Amino acid sequence: MAHFTKATSVHDWLDQRLAIDTLRRVLAKEYWIPKNINFLWAMGMVLAFTFGILLVSGIFLLMYYQPNVNLAFDSVNYTIMREVEFGWLWRHVHAVAASVVFLIIYIHMLTGIYYGSYKKGREMIWISGMLLFVAFSAEAFSGYMLPWGQMSYWAGMVITNLFSLGSLEFNGLVEWIRGDYVPGQAFLDRFFMLHVLLIPLAILALIGLHFGALRIPHVNNQDGEEIDFEEEAAKYKAGRKRESKVIAFANDFLSKDMFVVSIFLLFFFYLVFWHYGFAMDPINFDPADGLKTPPHIYPEWYFLWSYEILRPFPKDPGLIAFGFAQVIFFLLPFLDKSPNAVPASRRGIFFWWFWALVIDMIVLTAMGKLPPQGIYSTIGLVAAVAFIGLWIALPFITKMEKKV
Amino acid sequence: MENSRRGFMGKVFGAVAGVGAVGTLYAMKKSWDPLPSVKAAGFTTVDVSTVEPNKLVVEKWRGKPIFILKKTPEMVAKQTEAETARDVIIDGEHFLICIGLCTHLGCIPAYRENKDDFKCACHGGEFDASGINTKAPPPSPMVIPPFNVKGKTVVLGEEGDQYRKMKEAGVLA
Ligand code: HEM
Ligand code: FES
Repeated sequence: MAHFTKATSVHDWLDQRLAIDTLRRVLAKEYWIPKNINFLWAMGMVLAFTFGILLVSGIFLLMYYQPNVNLAFDSVNYTIMREVEFGWLWRHVHAVAASVVFLIIYIHMLTGIYYGSYKKGREMIWISGMLLFVAFSAEAFSGYMLPWGQMSYWAGMVITNLFSLGSLEFNGLVEWIRGDYVPGQAFLDRFFMLHVLLIPLAILALIGLHFGALRIPHVNNQDGEEIDFEEEAAKYKAGRKRESKVIAFANDFLSKDMFVVSIFLLFFFYLVFWHYGFAMDPINFDPADGLKTPPHIYPEWYFLWSYEILRPFPKDPGLIAFGFAQVIFFLLPFLDKSPNAVPASRRGIFFWWFWALVIDMIVLTAMGKLPPQGIYSTIGLVAAVAFIGLWIALPFITKMEKKV
Repeated sequence: MENSRRGFMGKVFGAVAGVGAVGTLYAMKKSWDPLPSVKAAGFTTVDVSTVEPNKLVVEKWRGKPIFILKKTPEMVAKQTEAETARDVIIDGEHFLICIGLCTHLGCIPAYRENKDDFKCACHGGEFDASGINTKAPPPSPMVIPPFNVKGKTVVLGEEGDQYRKMKEAGVLA
């Protein structure tokens, strides 16, 4: 049996039973972060923090929300918004956080792409990150169903219809997902379950995987320099901190992370108190009506780019293009054939590829919001084709890239 | 000896777990199926004697909107054969009866009385007054549900003679 001695303090008592000192050393004090990084490397922590905000505000919404097709709309728009004290605060915090989290996810992803942080041992970070993106998308969609407004209903109708896979006519699958011919009580109940339990659980597990995947390769740095972490850590521990290329995660780096989180929170609560409107669609303040489609349906801003890839094509090609857009980012580490894991600015054509992708996705986003008519349809079509073209070109341009 | 015993225990667990997993997945799949009460929501009878020509009437059947459009003689006169083949004849009058969901992704197209056609606002699809798709993305006409004409009424969900003829002619969708 392990040997226990009389504890000298609460800390010692816990340490003997849970090895808290060892845990702290392994997970925080001796986890090394390069010095040569910038504020963009704090986005991961901003995301983790925002997820926490979503959890807390969600728990408070959950205490009054009613997952019933006859009651859901009023439980949100009347009970929570008007009766519950500070109910409006939880709702606006939750809605704004759900929207802003995607802004940060996109910045975080583009940072990874720009600095090449998805290769040379960092593939699993990227893949777990993409799984998080998919899980967050599912979480956002299922949450959008809950107020049971017109946009909830019709978004639910259109998105579940995607699973009929066009001319394959898998209508049975669509009805199975809905538990009904159209979105109804069974549909609302199961998406409620997904939103408050199953997907958040999956997200927690994936965050664990994402952090675990970071442990061995460590985070990248602004120059893509390969750092010998053991050697640099030894310098740091020997007190030669100035000379070392790394610092400890806690509390040194963490203090910087939390500083950026503070700035983010100021911006976030500014939105919550003065500009929450962008996160709440006016059409969703009409209760769901299965006999009336709103004149113009569009998803939340963060899904617009992929929606616009679906829209300009006929049904089957549209679905294929849409499917392509959903999975292609997963394959990035394997489509990029160049060994260079350095900033895009030092990678020749890839630099232009990166900015073309960013601009193309912004154009797709803008067109997705506009009605599908005339010149907008044309621009949308060109941008959608360009998106696919860029990804097809990627292996070729990275293959030609010179080693730096 | 010990190894083979562990191997045996491992195989036993594998078998138990395998059977259990298949059974569990089956139960999970079935639990998500539409309930019998949902499936039985069955039949709807609609009286069309008061329907005005060129005015779209929307009924509800199995939670879905059903379009009922009485055509004017002028509309019938300028129709193509393919269009007429989809007409439901009730008491000598021509009607369009179809599930009012766009065959692209299921929005409800709006009827434009001045143009005698349907426009889907979601992605810009169009259908003529017989529910036939005329502009992409919808890939096929709006679906004609099972119906049975009884005097001046139509029973939705029941397969009558006219429905069966359309089915044979392959014009339902
Ligand atoms: C939404 C949940 C997410 C959370 C909580 C999260 C959290 C983090 C954290 C804390 C870090 C380390 C600090 C940093 O470099 O920012 C990190 C790194 C990273 N994440 Fe995420 N992340 C999320 C989503 C994603 C997504 C969607 C992707 C893209 C597919 C992604 C790709 C990466 C990559 C490539 C790195 C390594 C960056 C480097 O080595 O410089 N993450 N993430
Ligand atoms: S749902 Fe009608 S055009 Fe897409």
